[in-house]
Amino acid sequence: MTLLEVSGVSVSFDGFKAINNLSMQIGEPELRAVIGPNGAGKTTFMDIITGKTRPDEGRVIWGESSVSLLGMNESRIAQEGLGRKFQKPTVFEDQTVRENLAMALKNPRGPFSVLFYRKTAEGAERIEEIAREIGLTDHLTRKAGELSHGQKQWLEIGMLLAQDPRLLLVDEPAAGMTPAEREHTTDLLKRIAKTRAVVVVEHDMEFVRRLDCKVTVLHEGSVLAEGTLDHVTKNKDVIDVYLGR
Amino acid sequence: MAYTSTWQKFSTRPAMPRRGLIARNPSVLYFLLALAAFTLGVTLLSEATGVGVLSTSFVKTLGKTLCLCLVAVAMDVVWGYCGILSLGHFAFFGLGGYAIGMWLMYARTEIIVAESLAASPIPPTGQEISEAIASQIFGVVGSSELPAIWTFADSLFLQLLAVVLVPGLLALVFGWLAFRSRVTGVYLSILTQAMTLALSLYLFQNESGLRGNNGLSGLQNIPGLEDASQASISIAFFWASALALGLGYVFFAWIVSGKMGSVIRGVRDDEARVRFLGYHVEHYKLFVFTLTAVVAGIAGALYYPQAGIINPAEIAPIASIYLAVWVAIGGRGRLYGAVIGAAVVSLMSSWFTGGGAPDVNLGVYVIQWTDWWLVLLGVTFVLVTLFAPKGIGGLFDLVADWRAPHRHEDYGPDASAKRAEEGEE
Repeated sequence: MTLLEVSGVSVSFDGFKAINNLSMQIGEPELRAVIGPNGAGKTTFMDIITGKTRPDEGRVIWGESSVSLLGMNESRIAQEGLGRKFQKPTVFEDQTVRENLAMALKNPRGPFSVLFYRKTAEGAERIEEIAREIGLTDHLTRKAGELSHGQKQWLEIGMLLAQDPRLLLVDEPAAGMTPAEREHTTDLLKRIAKTRAVVVVEHDMEFVRRLDCKVTVLHEGSVLAEGTLDHVTKNKDVIDVYLGR
Repeated sequence: MAYTSTWQKFSTRPAMPRRGLIARNPSVLYFLLALAAFTLGVTLLSEATGVGVLSTSFVKTLGKTLCLCLVAVAMDVVWGYCGILSLGHFAFFGLGGYAIGMWLMYARTEIIVAESLAASPIPPTGQEISEAIASQIFGVVGSSELPAIWTFADSLFLQLLAVVLVPGLLALVFGWLAFRSRVTGVYLSILTQAMTLALSLYLFQNESGLRGNNGLSGLQNIPGLEDASQASISIAFFWASALALGLGYVFFAWIVSGKMGSVIRGVRDDEARVRFLGYHVEHYKLFVFTLTAVVAGIAGALYYPQAGIINPAEIAPIASIYLAVWVAIGGRGRLYGAVIGAAVVSLMSSWFTGGGAPDVNLGVYVIQWTDWWLVLLGVTFVLVTLFAPKGIGGLFDLVADWRAPHRHEDYGPDASAKRAEEGEE
């Protein structure tokens, strides 16, 4: 089933076309890698889907009832079930790992339900479970700001899991991780992608190869090639873009 | 392990046993104990209920200081916790004062007018009384008509309602417009200053119906309590202020603890990230902004009967800036810091500007503190901002650090980050 359908989307900043007539479909469940050289529009693509940037034209359609995401703001889109992990780990450094995860946990988001929110045993269990998955069990009471770069990456992945989204947009998840941690990340992403849609933006070809999934190559704001990694790396246009003419 | 969507069931599950607010925030208990001890001490030393060491005017000063502490706590929640540097919260404080002042002045004038007219041979009509009250109150601005906004001034209940509703509605409308347009940071601060300035300029006009620059006066005379001495009234207001501060402190401690506190501190530190977690940031800001404005209004309603007079100069933009300075010096992001900052700086301010501080003779120049206090305050503010961003409240961290186990060493290898094998599906 198609969960997200992007069609004919264009956006330009001061005359520069960051995204040019881009179309893409993501199924549920699916694991998809998006690659492309710097300036290909990978981050802008994510910004459009998550509501940070409004496109000049095109459509972004979501879910069974085919609602348009374009009229919604960021928080509304997140409530629809889109989770995003940023390239630079952005966690709340002043708060503990547990507080970070609890804030992300899927629960009613209105001010009054949050004000009268009471911790549940289920919620605590869920946090423990996620903490085990991301290897931060011993650090739940530590301030997130004290964590290493890699641990912050993990915490942000954990927050994404806690949100329980239908579509995960993951921007360079493995940056700053050790080889063992990278392996763990790919395994985790592949496992998550069995039940939901995961879009991974990545530079590292080795990482993409290990994901073993359909790959979309972006170039100058539109799709250059799509298919298996072997298929796209044999594509002449892709070779030109990556290695220069 | 599969991630199943079983979240909907959560709300029906039993809540976990939780520790109380005090257990999670021991500082709340310490604060309440200190406040209780202070209240008891002042009670025992006052003229009305104690040995009379403290003069009535000093009791009033202390009561007013407690009100300033309450508005500072509100300021700390909106700025220190939620990251909105509002430079307009003293306007809400003033509006609360005006709302209660209207009743105080009207009801008191009504009694005086009724007394003077009672001596006349023909009993006065309601119309005559009403006109006499209007000319008494507004004679000073050359008018004898009661403006429309005084319609409910004879009702204590409705004016008390106005103490809450007027600042609350203004904050709600202003905040809704500002936050919806995503005005943040220094731009929002400027906008709140503009609102404050506009309000103060409006109140300066006689046409505003609040006696222009004369303001409302005689507020220390409480209608119905003509026989009570000012000493008794001052201690009663002192108690009321202490109670309001205690309740306000516990209320805000509850707001900023738990998940709500987590979200609003998140808004302060990374607004965009909170948005991508699915929280409507604007709603949270509006909630905090409005709530703190209401508390500021209540603090003002307790302050001005003790001050005796309110005029538009009280709402001037500089007052709201002072409020931010108190919170910064006291230490923002912790409620007791705001209390300490407001108490220390406002008491010192009245000591220095009231001629209490001795002049410093430098031989070539005599430093008179009435002129130099603002310079001292400004320098202190800059120094605190640069070298002690945690303010006076930061001193408590030093004590806590000293008592806590030493945790500044290397944390060692991260055992749990390495997993021997992947978990099965």
